[in-house]
Amino acid sequence: MDFNLTQEQSLIQKTTREFAEKELVPIAAKLDHDGVFPREIVDKLAELGLLGVAVPEQYGGAGMDNVCYALAMEEISRGCASTGVIMSVNNSLVCDPLLKYGTEEQKKKWLVPLAQGKILGCFGLTEPNAGSDAASQKTTAVRDGSQWVINGAKNFITNGPQSSVCIVFAMTEPEKGNHGISAFIVPADTRGYAVTRVEDKMGIKASGACSLAFEDVHIPAENLLGTYNKGFGVAMSTLDGGRIGIASQALGIARAAYEKALKYSHDRTSFGKPINQHQAIAFMLADMATELDAARLLIWKAATMKDKGVRHSMESSMAKLYASEMADRVCNKAIQIHGGYGYIKEYQVERHWRDARITELYEGTSEIQRLVISRSLLKD
Amino acid sequence: MDFELTEQQRLFRDGVRAFVEKEVAPFAALWDREHRFPVELMPKLGAAGLLAVQSPESTGGTGAGPIEYSLAITELARACASTSVTVAVTNLCSDVIRKFGNDAQKQRFIPRLASGEAVAGSFCLSEPHCGSDAAALRTHARRDGGDYIINGSKNWITNGGHAGVYIVMATVNRELGPKGICAFIVEKRTPGLITGKEERKMGLRASNTVSLAFEDMRVPAENLLGREGDGFRIALASLDGGRIGVASQSVGIAEAAQAAAIRYARDRKAFGEPIANFQAIQWMIADNQVDIETSRFLALRAAWLSANGKPFSREAAMAKVAASEAANRVVNRAVQIHGGYGYIGEFPVERYFRDAKVTTIYEGSSEIQRIVISREVIQGSRA
Repeated sequence: MDFNLTQEQSLIQKTTREFAEKELVPIAAKLDHDGVFPREIVDKLAELGLLGVAVPEQYGGAGMDNVCYALAMEEISRGCASTGVIMSVNNSLVCDPLLKYGTEEQKKKWLVPLAQGKILGCFGLTEPNAGSDAASQKTTAVRDGSQWVINGAKNFITNGPQSSVCIVFAMTEPEKGNHGISAFIVPADTRGYAVTRVEDKMGIKASGACSLAFEDVHIPAENLLGTYNKGFGVAMSTLDGGRIGIASQALGIARAAYEKALKYSHDRTSFGKPINQHQAIAFMLADMATELDAARLLIWKAATMKDKGVRHSMESSMAKLYASEMADRVCNKAIQIHGGYGYIKEYQVERHWRDARITELYEGTSEIQRLVISRSLLKD
Repeated sequence: MDFELTEQQRLFRDGVRAFVEKEVAPFAALWDREHRFPVELMPKLGAAGLLAVQSPESTGGTGAGPIEYSLAITELARACASTSVTVAVTNLCSDVIRKFGNDAQKQRFIPRLASGEAVAGSFCLSEPHCGSDAAALRTHARRDGGDYIINGSKNWITNGGHAGVYIVMATVNRELGPKGICAFIVEKRTPGLITGKEERKMGLRASNTVSLAFEDMRVPAENLLGREGDGFRIALASLDGGRIGVASQSVGIAEAAQAAAIRYARDRKAFGEPIANFQAIQWMIADNQVDIETSRFLALRAAWLSANGKPFSREAAMAKVAASEAANRVVNRAVQIHGGYGYIGEFPVERYFRDAKVTTIYEGSSEIQRIVISREVIQGSRA
């Protein structure tokens, strides 16, 4: 048992903390206000190797472990939650399945530029009528000679408007349900691929989320990712990793809110003393600090398991469930500590609360996490 | 970073588990029902190396560290929370002597605690009018030649009716506040050491809790731990370790409740299927596990810091408040999953429910833990 960070882990933590402090903290409120995708920031993430943190160097990544990834996600998200999710989707939902399931050719062609951050990718699983219940999706892929023809629609696709490639999940044998889904690498410039609607969201406003439509999208047969009809497994295993990223994002957001609340509690006085000298406030801060640590330990546990290559579905789900709900509580308390100022944009904790809320929804709602956890425990 | 136990730690834990399954688990419900402190178990616990886990082998201890100690308490608490607290308080006494005692004190008292010859150890800090606010204690010690004469009373004293060795906190001068407090080693049968009434408790019924009175109790000066005025520091230092113990105990109780809940959820049918198939039940099982894992890692992290000689007051307080409150949620859900059966003695969860409650109260209530944590984070962040 060892809770020390390795030298590499300490270094990435320090580097990303400094980067976030210098480059993200000063502009996060404006990015949120404008809702504009931070292209320059993303280019800087690429320079730091943050778009393929756990991808081996031979495939264009930074070659670090998943604890490094979790640490970097926490720090970046503390600076700007929108930037956090842009980073998380590219790392966890696009690079990771390509690394795990891609052929050597697919890795050279797609993983290298994605991990280098030359292009961005997105993950096309959710549909208008199929979120948590992935098996009920309607998008289809039909074989036509040496090509696949994809038809259907996806929505809530993070990074969709900015992506050059999408990992698309489609029914190849709809009657087989979960066992009839396959994963495909679909270039965004393919004819018939269209961004149909960009969402206006409550939070993470500087990241793009959109609907995609596929109308007779023809892609070469070699763009099948992984085994035919095994796409559901690709999706689930990918989300096991993604949940570590989102848990870390939630942790970063919560930490930002906590730090602001702690600072405010020194500055603000009531009844003749700083408000943190009142137990009502001090105890909220104690609970926030404890919950942050608890979330971080769950995340690190899941990340170390991923690094060891052992199954970590339940651990990722626990980390994601706890961290996201913790972030909601912590941001709520941060607003409470700020009083009326918490409701005013100038103090920014209202942004953290809006940003935190999504972490309980995407990459598996809290309900799906509870399903994953309880199934692992209740199966015979 | 590594969350895995070492091979040695795993073997240690498995050894404790095997001992507990044979010697403790089969009797826990009975002891609870009869409000009986199992005196006969004490030498067995000693022989298993569980009464002075962190003391060196040269004094009869097991020579293990805080992580092993945490694992041992969790294993004991899974079977019998009462036994885990009996053991924890006995360890607390040998730990205090190990850390603050002189060689003669170590050689004289630790082997007796370690073997179970002393039956148990007893740590006497709380008084009728002061629990969390330890500096306000009134028990008085007056130097008289080669002795101290102690007068006063103590409350909520675990193991107090059976202990062979007591650590007693008393002040030589109340005006000095914390700086007047001393820690004494007091032996059973010391004249003037009077055991008061045994408490009838809601839970931990197989552990012994009494009030004590000291009437002109004469204690040789050689039994003073450290120097005059060291008592408050000793009390606080032991509480940090004690909090890891209570956190570990909370994890054990919660694990037991969760195991019972899972077992029952699979067996019990409603509306034609096992209740484990209903989301209402699944959600409680999932939340229980998250509560257990966060508690476990917080406890082990504090133990790991302690093992590595790093400060761990804040982390121990976090582990204690989080794990004890989590355990209370878990046992409550476990009772709920059992329905009416959760409320009767035939199933163990009502015992877990009763046992869990004390974890948010003793060794510093949740409120004290929040004071410890908030002071650290507020002071640590002052510009």
